[in-house]
Amino acid sequence: MDKSILMDWYRQMVLIRRFEQRCAELYQQGKIGGFLHLYIGQEAVAVGTIAAKADGDHVITAYRDHGHALAVGSDTNFVMAEMLGKATGVSKGKGGSMHLVDVERHFWGGYAIVGGHLPLATGIALAEQYKETGNAVLCYFGDGSTNIGYFHEALNLASVWNLPVVWIAENNQYGMGTAVDRASAVSELIKKASAYGMEGQRVNGMDVLEVYESSKAALDRARSGQGPQFIEMMTYRYEGHSMGDPLRYRTKDEVEKWREDDPIGVLERHILQDLDVDKDSLETIDQEVEQQIEEAVIFAEESPLPAAEELFTDIYVEA
Amino acid sequence: MAKITMRQAITDALREEMIRDDNVFIMGEEVGVWGGTYAVTRGFIDEFGEKRVRDTPIAEMVIGGAAAGAAMNGLRPVAEFMTINFAFLALDAIINHAAKVHYMFGGHIKCPVVFRAPGGGGRQLGATHSHTPDAIFAHFPGLKVVSPGTPYDAKGLLKSAIRSDDPVLFIEHATLYQLRGEVPEGEEIIVPIGVSDVKREGSDVTIVAYAQGLSVAMDAANQLSNEGIEAEVVDLRSLRPLDMGPVLESFRKTYKAVVVEEGYRSYGIGSEIAARIQEEGFDYLDAPIKRVAQLEVPLPYSKDLEQAALINAPRVIEAVKEIV
Repeated sequence: MDKSILMDWYRQMVLIRRFEQRCAELYQQGKIGGFLHLYIGQEAVAVGTIAAKADGDHVITAYRDHGHALAVGSDTNFVMAEMLGKATGVSKGKGGSMHLVDVERHFWGGYAIVGGHLPLATGIALAEQYKETGNAVLCYFGDGSTNIGYFHEALNLASVWNLPVVWIAENNQYGMGTAVDRASAVSELIKKASAYGMEGQRVNGMDVLEVYESSKAALDRARSGQGPQFIEMMTYRYEGHSMGDPLRYRTKDEVEKWREDDPIGVLERHILQDLDVDKDSLETIDQEVEQQIEEAVIFAEESPLPAAEELFTDIYVEA
Repeated sequence: MAKITMRQAITDALREEMIRDDNVFIMGEEVGVWGGTYAVTRGFIDEFGEKRVRDTPIAEMVIGGAAAGAAMNGLRPVAEFMTINFAFLALDAIINHAAKVHYMFGGHIKCPVVFRAPGGGGRQLGATHSHTPDAIFAHFPGLKVVSPGTPYDAKGLLKSAIRSDDPVLFIEHATLYQLRGEVPEGEEIIVPIGVSDVKREGSDVTIVAYAQGLSVAMDAANQLSNEGIEAEVVDLRSLRPLDMGPVLESFRKTYKAVVVEEGYRSYGIGSEIAARIQEEGFDYLDAPIKRVAQLEVPLPYSKDLEQAALINAPRVIEAVKEIV
């Protein structure tokens, strides 16, 4: 893999992590309200999969959506403004953390009803097949979604209609605080995919290269008319489900063990050890990311709140 | 002028819109090979092919959600729920997704989907297959809800719904499929969403109704006329957006109103209309506003029992006579 590409993935993962760490601070300060679901630990999944997509391919995900928004290339200023509920936000301040969007980049947003966006992905893929574009859809969801009816109906229909969807199960081991084996009859989620005619593949979601390679191959298969694909990304979220999670369901040792395989650390070691890159180059990236985030916070804080009349706009396209 | 059934009017609207716009397609249970369980799409699969007339599994959550997703991505799906009772399974797809994406994403996404759903009681289908849950769906901003009472309006409203950039729930009362009415041939019929219509003029009392309730109201009005009472009948046609203009205009002439709906009285369409009349026309109020609605029971199977719970002309006449 080209060095500049790996450096770019490193930048994206650091951006997502530092962006979210800054969001956590802003949340503690009361500047971000509502729910805040952090993606920290899972960065390789969004970055590696989205790196594999073609320009016309689509992205849709659940409410843990900051990583996907940043990975598709949404402007950090506008994303941060959305976090703060400002008029300049990607959803004009009406969506918030869980409902980021960037249709120009084919990012259809974050959805906050578990499983609810899976049928939307089926429909988005149907439109691509209908228009014979050759584009595919990347649909992300957590392990918890695989127990809800939506999952089964959406996967089944996508297979029946041979639609170009790549289902990305982000298995971060817990649906809120309930471990996979306490909620799912089978712990290997790919077994569920087999019920809908998909072979499925289990991938180390902490290694952005593995994520990329598997996604690229799956997207190619989906685009070439081989129907929907299913990848189970084995990953981990370091933080709680949302802010204020008491974390009673897991041990610190477990978290530390996963941190040994930290996706940023894994890529950093690869870049430093196997490529001719010195530590300073990565630190330069770190500093540039810090600067970018600081500018985003300033932009967001200085942006106006939505005007009062915005309350009644965009309920309907046609008044 | 040609008289056709409401079923034919709906079929004609669908066919005309599919011919007009290649992005319009139909999906749902038994819409293709079977031809629609109410025969609305009979022959469509031969005429338009499997790409545009898509049989789905019996899986309402994905019917609702996939139709919404296809609409977001540029198509114009007409998704059919075999009955509105089954749309309960798709409430989340309709309410939390189709009706929310435009607002929730700051206007960046639109969702021009049509959900067709036959419903209503009176056919001895038992408690779970006989709902008239229109008020539930009409409760939520973001969704448009229409329910025609004549073949003409059915054709014109469905064409508007398909062309609308907003999500529309198109509710068809199954007992009206055989209702005949005048629908001119060879001309474009468009009935705008959100416009009520005076179906009968009168000066003694205003009867507000829609869908199957319109037939009941018209029947009652004609019988009342024999007794010298002239009712004005206003057809809502759309439940959201709701056009109170013709209702209030009529009320300011008659000072009395009866609202007729097949759904339950509690928290119903009649409650909403009555509240708005008193809010916006209080000075014209001469008598309590009456509500004629379904009795508050799950609908039973046995014919006479079921009919006893449903609205009918005698109940409307009785309500009118209490205030005129």
